[in-house]
Amino acid sequence: MSTLTQVREIVLMNLRSIPQRLGASLVIVIGIGGVVGVLVAMLSMSAGLGKTLNATGDPNRAIILRGGSNGELASFLDRASATLIKQDPAIARADDSLPLASGEIIVITEVPRRGDTSGANVSLRGVEPKGFLLRPDLKIVEGRRFKPGLREIMVGAGAYKQFDGLEIGQRLKFRGSYWTIVGRFESGDAHDSELWTDLETAQGAFGRSGVSSVLVRLTSRDAFAGLKQRLTTNPQLNVDVKTERDYFSSQSSGLTSQIGYLTTIVAAIMAFGALFGALNTMYSAVSTRTQEIGTLRALGFGAAPVIASVMAEAMALSLAGGMLGAGVAYLLFNGYSVSTLGGNFTQIAFNFAVTPALVIKGLVWALAIGFLGGLFPAMRAARMPVTQALRG
Amino acid sequence: MFLKYAPLVLTALLRKKTRTVFTLLALAAAFLLIGLLQAVNSVLAGGADFLGANRLISQAKTSFTQPLPMRLLPQIEAVPGVDRVSHSQFFGGIYQDPKNFFPQFVVNPQRLRDTYPEWTMPEDQWRSFISTQDGAIVGKLLADKYGWKVGDIVPLNSFIWTKTDGSRVWEWRIVGIFSGRDQEWSDRAGLMYLNYGQFDEGRVAGARGLAGVFVVRVRDPMQSERIAAEIDKRFENSADETKTQSEQEFQLGFLKQLGDIGFIVNAISGAVFFTILILTGYTMSQAVRERVPELAVLKCLGFTDRSVLLLVLAESLALCLIGALLGMVAATLVTNGLPPEYPVKTDARVWLFSGAAVLVLASAVGLPPALHAMRIRIVDALAGR
Repeated sequence: MSTLTQVREIVLMNLRSIPQRLGASLVIVIGIGGVVGVLVAMLSMSAGLGKTLNATGDPNRAIILRGGSNGELASFLDRASATLIKQDPAIARADDSLPLASGEIIVITEVPRRGDTSGANVSLRGVEPKGFLLRPDLKIVEGRRFKPGLREIMVGAGAYKQFDGLEIGQRLKFRGSYWTIVGRFESGDAHDSELWTDLETAQGAFGRSGVSSVLVRLTSRDAFAGLKQRLTTNPQLNVDVKTERDYFSSQSSGLTSQIGYLTTIVAAIMAFGALFGALNTMYSAVSTRTQEIGTLRALGFGAAPVIASVMAEAMALSLAGGMLGAGVAYLLFNGYSVSTLGGNFTQIAFNFAVTPALVIKGLVWALAIGFLGGLFPAMRAARMPVTQALRG
Repeated sequence: MFLKYAPLVLTALLRKKTRTVFTLLALAAAFLLIGLLQAVNSVLAGGADFLGANRLISQAKTSFTQPLPMRLLPQIEAVPGVDRVSHSQFFGGIYQDPKNFFPQFVVNPQRLRDTYPEWTMPEDQWRSFISTQDGAIVGKLLADKYGWKVGDIVPLNSFIWTKTDGSRVWEWRIVGIFSGRDQEWSDRAGLMYLNYGQFDEGRVAGARGLAGVFVVRVRDPMQSERIAAEIDKRFENSADETKTQSEQEFQLGFLKQLGDIGFIVNAISGAVFFTILILTGYTMSQAVRERVPELAVLKCLGFTDRSVLLLVLAESLALCLIGALLGMVAATLVTNGLPPEYPVKTDARVWLFSGAAVLVLASAVGLPPALHAMRIRIVDALAGR
């Protein structure tokens, strides 16, 4: 028999005998399943966050902030600047021939998380009526829009799920008066985590005269460069101009890399533990098969096929474990919604996303553990003297 | 009794050294994780009470990012039981590069000194901080990091505060270097305090007169809860409603903002525990299965069923205990080695939790093989049936 045929036969024989060692095999499957499950679940958190933030932002929209501010929260533009910005020719105009631009203000309010008493920071965004025209993806799912001039609030779908007391008809109390919740909206992006109200109502209540940012719709994608050039060189203004997409993706980078870093530490420690579990199992698998391996060697099977058979068993079991872990992570966590601190020092709600790329990453980890866990026992099996092995 | 059986347990564990070592390493890894994760949980669960809090923080009820006006200060001071009040505004300055982030707070120097007696600095430096409009004091840790000394000018680029001339670069003169009165506080001396004088005069007119949050030092810590409630009541229904909580709770609030960390931590701990349960459980049952004839011999020699059961349980407990100990010591070393801005400690609470986990684990993995060992019939076992 050629080595290849030997390898094929012995690997198949070995794999078919796994059910006889079910208990031991389960150790590898579950050990590695645990590692991959935790890895995939935690990474799906940063994937979900990235997805939400990257969904925000249309390349046809640009956001203008005060120069040097690191986010909308720290940005401030006075009324004169906001008005001046809106007149730029790169900004598209609505049917009423007014510019499609919305001066917006961001303030932070505290709303308790569901099942918690201490407040979490939630953004309250004051928008101008054009803010709705600018964002056609935004849909009202229940209730109605707030009326300008009244202390009324619309809540985002994500905020509604995460925080307490945001039902339509309920009232929030801040800045010395009650604000009624009149509607719920869904936009599928970062705005879902916000509360919205009328710009001027918010300005009045929070004692602000200007805005945090101006959001505009460009006449075309190419108009951005011109807009940026004109606004940043205008001596009357001190502003940063970014496309909305660039702005939101820059807000998420720090957080997602931190989650990735922590995940790797946790998964590495777990993998270290699971590796020893796999080694234990494979060593005992080899020792229960001592006589069998001795017989095979006596029949003329080489060392390579023996190594291959042990490795194949380890890798097959790890793969099964990896799939189990990824599967459990998918079933339990895909779409699970949470909120965390986002770029503006406020809460951003998002859903865990178990993507195919993450599953593949998990399986790579599983195979790596299986490879290391199988290698040493396989070497031992191959090195066993035939006579000694036959005696068992 | 215990010592008599100890050698037996030890021999059983050393019977297959590789297997025992591997299992111990797996257990150590699991408990290292559990120790670290539960330390995070311990921080979140701790505090949150007024007991022994001699400092309160009054923030705007809407959010601490909303600065409270200075005019509240005398009113807070007038609340019975309040000793001293200081105010603190986050400055948000960047020194040279955004990566060099350290917190700066704008304060009234005399009031800072009164509310935070934990900071120590030579008397003449306190005096010059009080009298220098553009003065700043830096913590010892920070001064060492950037090589600053008294007299240096440090430019900070604030991402929040703009000066009247539109610039955001503020120059601060270092007039003192402070340290903590004990080791714990010295480890925290990584921040910078700026004099309110230059800050309030320099910023745009619309922002003047805002204080930030108020730090309230109370005379009797037992009265904290009442004082906090009284302060909040004083500003109820005004545009500047306050929320007063203990300093510790205020700081915990920042951590809690990160999300339901408790859930994530417990979910991972659960997965780790389950995995290690299966791993160790298998090892134990394997170890007993191999030794069936030996156990039968023990029974022949007069060991009762019960003592065989206890023997196997003791073996499982010893295994889990040693592994857990290794992991927990590693976790404690790691958390002690963390920089002081991460207040995560593998403390007594975490050790207690792990101790309970070890007991649960040891009985869960030890009991099935121990029962099996107890039920062995000598004849069958010796005959190899």
